[in-house]
Amino acid sequence: MTSPAEADTEVVQARRPQPRRGVSLRDAGPPIALVVVFGVFAALSPGFRTLSNVQNVLDAAAVLAVVTIGISFVLMMGSIDLSAPGIMGASAITVALLVANNRNDNDLGFVGIAVAVLLAAGLGCLSGLALVLLKVPSFMATLGVSAVGLGLATLLFAGVQPNIADPMLEGWAVERFLGLAHLTWIALGCVLLGWLVQRYSRLGRYAFAIGGAEEVLALSGVRVAPYKVAVFTLAGAFYGLAGVMVTSQLSAGLVQAGRGYDFSAITAAVVGGTLLTGGRGGILHSTVGVLLVTVLTNGLVQVGVSPYWQGGVQGLIVVAAVAAAVIPQRRRNQVTK
Amino acid sequence: MTTNLQTGPVPGGRTAPPALEVRGLVKHYPGVKALDGVDLVVHQNEVLGLAGENGAGKSTLLKALVGLVRPDAGEIWVRGERVRLRSVVDAANHGLGMVFQEQSLVPNLTAAENIVLGSEGPGVRRGIYHWRTMRRLAQEQLDKIGSHIDPLARTDSLSFADRQMVEIAKVLRIEERTSHPPVIILDEPTSVLESKEIETLFTQVRRLREFASVVFVSHRLDEVLDVCDRVAVLRGGRSVGEVPAAGAAPAELHRMMIGSTGSDDHYHDGLAERSEEPGRPRLVVRGLSGRTFRDVDLEVRAGEIVGIVGVHGSGREDLCRALFGAEATTAGEVQLDGERLDLSGTRAACAAGIGYVPAERKTEGMVGPMSVADNMTLTKQQARCSGPLVRPRKQATLVDTWIERLSIRTPHRGTAIQRLSGGNQQKVVLARWLVSGDVRLLLLDHPTRGLDIGARSEVYRLMRELAGSGVATVLLADSLEEAIGMSDRIVVMSDGRATTEIAAPSGGKPTPLDLVKEMV
Ligand SMILES: Nc1ncnc2c1ncn2[C@@H]1O[C@H](COP(=O)(O)OP(=O)(O)OP(=O)(O)O)[C@@H](O)[C@H]1O
Ligand SMILES: [Mg+2]
Repeated sequence: MTSPAEADTEVVQARRPQPRRGVSLRDAGPPIALVVVFGVFAALSPGFRTLSNVQNVLDAAAVLAVVTIGISFVLMMGSIDLSAPGIMGASAITVALLVANNRNDNDLGFVGIAVAVLLAAGLGCLSGLALVLLKVPSFMATLGVSAVGLGLATLLFAGVQPNIADPMLEGWAVERFLGLAHLTWIALGCVLLGWLVQRYSRLGRYAFAIGGAEEVLALSGVRVAPYKVAVFTLAGAFYGLAGVMVTSQLSAGLVQAGRGYDFSAITAAVVGGTLLTGGRGGILHSTVGVLLVTVLTNGLVQVGVSPYWQGGVQGLIVVAAVAAAVIPQRRRNQVTK
Repeated sequence: MTTNLQTGPVPGGRTAPPALEVRGLVKHYPGVKALDGVDLVVHQNEVLGLAGENGAGKSTLLKALVGLVRPDAGEIWVRGERVRLRSVVDAANHGLGMVFQEQSLVPNLTAAENIVLGSEGPGVRRGIYHWRTMRRLAQEQLDKIGSHIDPLARTDSLSFADRQMVEIAKVLRIEERTSHPPVIILDEPTSVLESKEIETLFTQVRRLREFASVVFVSHRLDEVLDVCDRVAVLRGGRSVGEVPAAGAAPAELHRMMIGSTGSDDHYHDGLAERSEEPGRPRLVVRGLSGRTFRDVDLEVRAGEIVGIVGVHGSGREDLCRALFGAEATTAGEVQLDGERLDLSGTRAACAAGIGYVPAERKTEGMVGPMSVADNMTLTKQQARCSGPLVRPRKQATLVDTWIERLSIRTPHRGTAIQRLSGGNQQKVVLARWLVSGDVRLLLLDHPTRGLDIGARSEVYRLMRELAGSGVATVLLADSLEEAIGMSDRIVVMSDGRATTEIAAPSGGKPTPLDLVKEMV
């Protein structure tokens, strides 16, 4: 046994798989797709390639970006989160009623925003608790929490739409800094924050690890339940902020502030390479996905695709983008659920 | 290789209590007594081997020692103190740590994170990562075992052997929790390693002995005798005895394991019986290329067993998968009995009568929550269905026959396969191709991985029987000895090419060294 072992030493070492750090080529799909899609629209439409339109695209991506960052942490864990519409609705109404508005005499300003985000975090926490304590699958738990959030929002709404009169909050949507709306800068801040959490906090790394191999964490003596709850709470806070941002855009608190954001955010995340299987992708991936989806929407309008067609065309392009994104990772007999 | 001069156990006059002692440990599972009163002693600075057939209870015992299995009765003593282990953390606090039979690292984290996982200490302060500290902590662990792995490499980009080094580095973190020498438990660490990697591992084990005790499980008895100081034998959940490793023979151990003076027929014997000449060419591969292999020519005749040997990365696994349609090919042609084979997918391969036993049993070989019976008849739908309907009775008789023939240790054919011991799972996977009587070509990727000697010789016997009935077999053996013993012809692959072919008829077998010369 000894002699054969010695003899093949060098050969074995020569052919080790190359150890890799961090990002690899297989993550390159979505950024390439983004560049290609951008290039195609720029070539097709003069209106698309103006500076002001690029600003429009970025501004339009802001809310979706914040929601997607929240949902990405959940997706990284291999769970799913459908609570964004409810949580955003609750936070939108809450903030509208707490800052200067036409319904009551409140004028809490920044504190009002903070309360709305905290409430949203609390709702997110609820999803997490239902998941770890009651073992309700995240799909159902978050769907339930979304309904709770919508119910709460409807109660507070009470039939009269609260229009906001807070100069700061209204300013977020209209005032610009370096050509971009304040909301866009907030979204950029969230991207940075999300990336830092993902890379430098135990919470972020464990979320990633839970998606990779949850049982191994348990074998290593890590209690995963608190981290799961924390991730849903964090996601809730991001949805809450997104609800506030929508309120700023509309100058009013609407129950439907978050309508449709659950699926657009999941789409954006997946297009960017944060797969539903967990343990893959991350904040930067998802951000690229957000840009890709937004550029598509904007580009189709610019190119003059009929609004009746846009939904379908966008859906097809998204599926194509996902397929393109996973080409480098595709192998025979891969299981897709 | 008797190296236990200074640190071997000194039974007489020992005053210090043993590092670990187990008394009368009992564990029942529904339908099985996994442990039925096990006694075990592990001394300070000793490598204790644990031997036993598949399902003897080795893994269960070891899991009880690290708090993963709660025993129904019995005591565990660590350095003269009775302990109750409720979790892995409890066990680690008492200096007990385990490297698991199926590797357990988080694939998408860095090696460093895996090493310190769950006990990051100063690597994470107030929930914030300090990558530099983390890296240093991991480096310290890797230095202990003299490994040169990049701590910041992603774990899934490391080779299997490197990952195992990471596991050992990780388990040594328990030293930070206790001032006492740790007990390191290795459950079948060698079953997935190549010979050179095994040698590295053994060097590690010997190094560990300087400051720790080691419990070591393997089905390769020569290996156990080589690296251990003492070997304890389990049978049917009981301790049936122990032998000092020095001077013991594998045959003696085997007799203790099976509890009788059963014959230790090995692959070396019995081959001569197969006198009949191999038939016409069944599998013909011409210039096949794929991701990791290039321009491979191969021919296997009906009734012939062809072994493919090569080091990690020689491309033999992928070639095997490609023949089953599970790996893309870029050029070349494959014929089965003169007909061109469709390599576009596994269904075509199954339909053509090709059977494949994958090396990765857990992920590719079985459906964990499904029953033994369903796993066994997964491909042979006719065995249990008429049309779309399952026919339980027909399935049952067939499955029971094979459970008996392969002596698969399972409470019932309806038991979920993931409840079985590793070796018994493998037997079920193998049986899947045996129940479908119409296999023409068998592709066996490490078919005896994790099997005990008894089961292994049973598999060998089956392989010969199948060959005798005209089945062509491609074998990626677990060891060179197995390849030599079982094959009629051996193809050496190196760097993605089939470089040499060596005839290995009974009576004219090459030696391992002959093969290694060709592999380099
Ligand atoms: N979780 C479980 N549920 C039910 N039965 C189990 C479970 N774990 C193990 N067993 C049974 O206990 C017995 C001992 O299994 P164990 O895994 O300890 O065997 P082993 O000696 O490690 O075998 P191998 O060499 O094949 O790994 C087997 O019969 C097995 O089917
Ligand atoms: Mg075992």
